[in-house]
Amino acid sequence: MNPVNYLYLAALLFTIGATGVLIRRNAIVLFMCIELMLNACNLALVAFSRMHGNLDGQIVAFFTMVVAAAEVVVGLAIIVSLFRSRHSASVDDASLMKL
Amino acid sequence: MSTAAVHSLWTIAADPIPRIDAPKIEYGQLSPVLIVVGAAIVGMLIEAFVPRRARYYAQVFVSVVALCASFAAVVALAAQGYGTTKAHIAAMGAVAVDGPALFLQGTILLAALVGLFTFAERRLDPAAHGNRVDSFAAQASSVPGSDSEKAAVKAGLTTTEVFPLLLFAVAGLLVFPAANDLLALFVALEVLSLPLYLLCALARRRRLMSQEAAVKYFLLGAFASAFTLFGIALLYGYAGSVSYAAIAQVVDGNVPHITPALANTMGNDALLLIGAAMVVMGLLFKVGAVPFHMWTPDVYQGAPTPVTGFMAAATKVAAFGALLRLLYVVLPGMRWDWRPVMWAVAIVTMLVGAIVAITQTDIKRLLAYSSIAHAGFILAGVIATSRDGVSSVLFYLAAYSFVTIGAFAVVTLVRDAGGEATHLSGWAGLGRRSPLVAAVFAVFLLAFAGIPLTSGFTGKFAVFRAAAEGGAVPLVVIGVIASAVAAFFYIRVIVLMFFSEPRPEGPTVAVPSPLTMAAIAVGVVATVVLGVAPQYFLDLANQAGVFVR
Repeated sequence: MNPVNYLYLAALLFTIGATGVLIRRNAIVLFMCIELMLNACNLALVAFSRMHGNLDGQIVAFFTMVVAAAEVVVGLAIIVSLFRSRHSASVDDASLMKL
Repeated sequence: MSTAAVHSLWTIAADPIPRIDAPKIEYGQLSPVLIVVGAAIVGMLIEAFVPRRARYYAQVFVSVVALCASFAAVVALAAQGYGTTKAHIAAMGAVAVDGPALFLQGTILLAALVGLFTFAERRLDPAAHGNRVDSFAAQASSVPGSDSEKAAVKAGLTTTEVFPLLLFAVAGLLVFPAANDLLALFVALEVLSLPLYLLCALARRRRLMSQEAAVKYFLLGAFASAFTLFGIALLYGYAGSVSYAAIAQVVDGNVPHITPALANTMGNDALLLIGAAMVVMGLLFKVGAVPFHMWTPDVYQGAPTPVTGFMAAATKVAAFGALLRLLYVVLPGMRWDWRPVMWAVAIVTMLVGAIVAITQTDIKRLLAYSSIAHAGFILAGVIATSRDGVSSVLFYLAAYSFVTIGAFAVVTLVRDAGGEATHLSGWAGLGRRSPLVAAVFAVFLLAFAGIPLTSGFTGKFAVFRAAAEGGAVPLVVIGVIASAVAAFFYIRVIVLMFFSEPRPEGPTVAVPSPLTMAAIAVGVVATVVLGVAPQYFLDLANQAGVFVR
């Protein structure tokens, strides 16, 4: 199959993720949407890697997975601490600081 | 029948596995980063094995030694000429060792050392149950206001993990301006960001606000880095490589041998333009430029003040370094495309930062908007696309970082019963109650405003001159107007401190330990020296203003 199709899929997934971040309100769902964006990046990197016939893109994709895992550790810790003190993971409820 | 012959009845020999050469790593040239990472790992071992009572002292000792050693390594590299004649690219093309990288690494390390002093301060908060405490939560996992938190405070716990976290962040910050391929850029971006997200959540007072700031910073930061990564994917697709030099060759159109796939993608300008825009967007987010600035005031206000000071100074230095390298090394061939966009971003950033700051009533938010305005001024130097532009930005960043850390260190001193008194009304009449602290803060504010004989003036003059010589005269005019607007609210704070009556139940000024005193003193000395006798440092920045390609 033409690798360009995978790029369209990657762009679509990235857009779905970005839209989700903008319209959803639960911090965990936001976070999952960001993970979707990162995985869309991985798909694009691997598809480009296949098109160019070199491995750079696949190596970047591996690093992205490691970074995403580290981000889950830090992100869930922060979100859980917020949830435990507020009993809500909604990003709209967190509004102590407004202009 | 021989063994080999029997073997060949049902097998055939595959091609020999190609040799994979071990990568050549120049450990000496990477030593500033390696020292800091090593010390951070030692810090984690200290958390695991050293008794609680001794951890604080062990952590502070290891961190100070590591930052000093790393700074010495940077100076040694610069003295050997790696900043000028021997500039080259280390670690198989991943990390550049050149003038801008070494200059910014030195600045980041000094800022981190001064920031570390404010992290280690333990005399400002009243001792809880006989234990000295710092600005960080007794136990980050305990729910604010709960019994477990009270127990943790009573037991005298302190979060000494902040020191290894600081060192990990510094390691990322050191690589960020030196990253010479997109992969190193992305990894450094995450290594510097993740510890900072955590540090933001660790305030001892106003913990709900601190956690809220951390969640906002984390979600927006992760969102921005996803954009950066997609931009990296597109640039890789465009050029078939993640190395800066290779991408620059493709952008400039002088590639030695073109593969069919490359011929196909390098004609596709959409990949280049969208990819470059997304990567630059991620960097502008870290810098805090409008329209990617929305996180700045909330995070600066909610984070523990020592973290805010460190983050405001060091992150800005590293992110501008990375932005400069990307625009000057990878994308100079398309400067006619990015310059108009950066013009617009710089103008909006200067104006929004300066104008919105006028309406602020919280000193930390005020400094946050001021940092946004300063990002705009520095962008004016970035737009110059000349060697003067690079060196003026380097000088500005060095001058700005010490003023910032000093100013936030002063903010930690002004306290009432609830911790720091950050509302501006509490600062009224501070000059009568404690003239020295108010005078020092006034020096920092004057430097922010760019009044002559302070470092802020020298930096602003250098940046605006470079921009004007680069043909951006309208930008300079708007910059000067924005500076005038900004000067208004800085002066307003000075007037508030010196010419209004102190409130009877207003905040008091805590007497700090020598650590915070040293941080503030370094800030004042740097402000005055870089303002009165800047020539040596301007020459240094000028020598350092050439990127290796």
